[in-house]
Amino acid sequence: MTDTPRPDANGGAGPEPATVSVEDVSLSFGDLSVLEAVSLSVEPGEFVGFVGPNGAGKTSLLRSISGALEPSAGTVEISDTNVHDVSSRRSSRLVAVVPQDTSLSFSFPVRDVVEMGRHPHRSRFSPPSDDDRAAVERALERTRTAELADRPIDEVSGGQRQRVVLARAIAQETPVLLLDEPTASLDINHQIETLEVVRELVADGRTVVAAIHDLDLAARYCDRLVLLADGTVHTVGPPSAVLTTETLAETFEANAAVTPNPVTGTATVTALPHGTSDGAESGRAEPGEATDGGRTPSAHVVGTGSTAAGVLTRLERAGVDVSIGPIPGGDVADETARRLEVDRIAVEPFARPSASDRAALDERVRGADVTVVADLAVGATEDGRRLLESIETAERLVFVERRPPEERIDGNDVRRRYEDCRERAVEATPESVLEAVRATLRRRSET
Amino acid sequence: MMRPVRTLSWTAGLLVVLIAVTIVSAALGPVRIDPTVVAKATLNAVIVPSGIVTESATTIPGLGWTVPVPALEYVPVFGFDVPDTHQTIVADIRLPRIVLASVVGFALAAAGAVMQGFFRNPLADPSIIGVSSGAAAGAVAAIAFPALVPFGSLHLSAFIGALATAFLVYAIATEGGKTPVATLLLAGVAIQAFLGAMISYMLVHSGDDLRQAVIWMMGHLHNSTWSDVGFALPFAFVGVIVLCAYARELNVLLLGEEDAHHLGVDVERTKLLLLALSSLVTAAGVAVAGVIGFVGLVVPHIMRLIVGPDHRILLPTSALAGASFLVATDTIARAGPAEVPVGIVTAALGAPFFLFLLVRREVHSV
Repeated sequence: MTDTPRPDANGGAGPEPATVSVEDVSLSFGDLSVLEAVSLSVEPGEFVGFVGPNGAGKTSLLRSISGALEPSAGTVEISDTNVHDVSSRRSSRLVAVVPQDTSLSFSFPVRDVVEMGRHPHRSRFSPPSDDDRAAVERALERTRTAELADRPIDEVSGGQRQRVVLARAIAQETPVLLLDEPTASLDINHQIETLEVVRELVADGRTVVAAIHDLDLAARYCDRLVLLADGTVHTVGPPSAVLTTETLAETFEANAAVTPNPVTGTATVTALPHGTSDGAESGRAEPGEATDGGRTPSAHVVGTGSTAAGVLTRLERAGVDVSIGPIPGGDVADETARRLEVDRIAVEPFARPSASDRAALDERVRGADVTVVADLAVGATEDGRRLLESIETAERLVFVERRPPEERIDGNDVRRRYEDCRERAVEATPESVLEAVRATLRRRSET
Repeated sequence: MMRPVRTLSWTAGLLVVLIAVTIVSAALGPVRIDPTVVAKATLNAVIVPSGIVTESATTIPGLGWTVPVPALEYVPVFGFDVPDTHQTIVADIRLPRIVLASVVGFALAAAGAVMQGFFRNPLADPSIIGVSSGAAAGAVAAIAFPALVPFGSLHLSAFIGALATAFLVYAIATEGGKTPVATLLLAGVAIQAFLGAMISYMLVHSGDDLRQAVIWMMGHLHNSTWSDVGFALPFAFVGVIVLCAYARELNVLLLGEEDAHHLGVDVERTKLLLLALSSLVTAAGVAVAGVIGFVGLVVPHIMRLIVGPDHRILLPTSALAGASFLVATDTIARAGPAEVPVGIVTAALGAPFFLFLLVRREVHSV
């Protein structure tokens, strides 16, 4: 989102900001074309993320920019220098790389590993200069690895090791930094920590390009995203423009819901199971197959989150006349229902269901052949008890539970009533919900 | 401790060990000589050039002219009082052998450390790309079929065989300006197998020379002369010094070739240089001493255990430790009840020690 280079927070100690421009880059391994005429440009002080499905060419594009892979056509220029025409010493002063995994199975002290980042700046025979030492210390501080400096690299944890490799790249003091899946092997805490450090570097005017697997993190930290698919650029732009249900369906062939994250406000992507578009996986679910004796069966879904969204998608795709609710706005299931144009009882986020919502629920449960309870959360409140009451009136129940009940159900009386309902329900997983609905319908025709 | 200081103190310490081992070794043998006498005789052998003499003359072939040739004149620096027999035994018999052992050990251990780092493989040793097999083929050819070998000397024949093999393996493994390490390793194995067949064939048809050829292949320092030292020392010394100058590149290469490229190392050029130098150093060693196994494998492992994986300290210390190791093992080889080729002693001592380290889980991959 920054078009102008920002002033350097280190008082000029950092490198000059640089532009990365990729023009018509094509790359192939033998007969296999990996990149086809990819063009893009990254402004100084910008954080651009490469996203896309496996095999889309994220890493290959990154390696073409770093100079590790020579494109069969096209050019990569960093501040008007073609990285493929200059020596590795020269290019390594322009661009530093944090690889996905580094073989570090030998016991160099952490400080020595970071010091290797100074290699392009040092002459063969001179000892490290004050500049070198200062750059190493700054990089250690910045990545919060200073306290590990004297530990052998093979004795620190995976998350710390990733930060050490980042420190090495920072010590290289290049205007451009490339990161290949910087968070792939990290736990959530370290992912955020690493990306916060990267964000600080960007604020100092460094240009950062990263291949990022995790779409939510990409949306949250990158200024712009480049969505790659089949070796070409599909969409470029701010995260909110790139990560939409449509673009994800086209590139990932995924059935995904994009909702704003309630905390950060950035896009959150929730992948949902495939419906009929992927028949083998969903178990012979052809449209209309769930119909029973020519009549379309109906189901009402009570619940929230991705479990409810998955159940909803599966039933809708199989031709079941499905409704959902009460469902708070902003929930993945709400977003999914809206996209599938399913009848839903919508409730404002964090608001109590109104009397008319309750009446609507009773009516839907009564009208539906089957009521599906998907990861239902009920508290020991009046609203919760009222919700259970409606469910108790349902003639046929299917329970789909993925989150443990103790996280969702509160209060002894509520729990007992919930368990009584489950007793007479058919239990299912999001994948097998259709079979469960059919089973309950068969049970009805037998009686 | 700061690394440069640490490197210097380790190097100095190992130099002292080498001198001590040298003196003890020169004292041992069929004739026991007091170590102080050994020290004096050794110092007596130190000569420096004092001027140029033109007394010697040579005849230019074909023309019949006799021209004076200028030559350096040497004078001894020290004049300690040492019995003549002891002076001869120390300076002309034992010292050349001891110095040669240290040069060969120095060369093989340094080359072994470089190869283990280069291949990122703990099993790598100086002969991994076929240098030793090439030397053996050259040497056996020179012993068994002297008429067929154009270069008169055994050393030269082994040296050229070693370098030619290294070059051939490199050429086979290189394609489009890149030399993948794995291909290099496989090409080395294949060429070694082929040379093994050639050597066996030559041995079968070597007749009376069989014994000499087999002893050469076991690695020995018997009958070493100062001229052998003169042959191997320049290559070994200069080669190892230049390799030490590339220690930082070797460290960075341990991260993998792509990372090394991103850190400013010209990967293919550096690989060629490291291979060429370590092959040269190894070739110089095996040409004068035959195939001495285990020095290049065990010594770098032990030093890595003691000083760590940083090649800036590992290379010089491995070289010096290798020198002491080979002097010590050769002393056992020659001063025991019956002289045996030193290659037998290095393997017989080195292998169990290596296994001991392995069982203790002290030896890891590079």
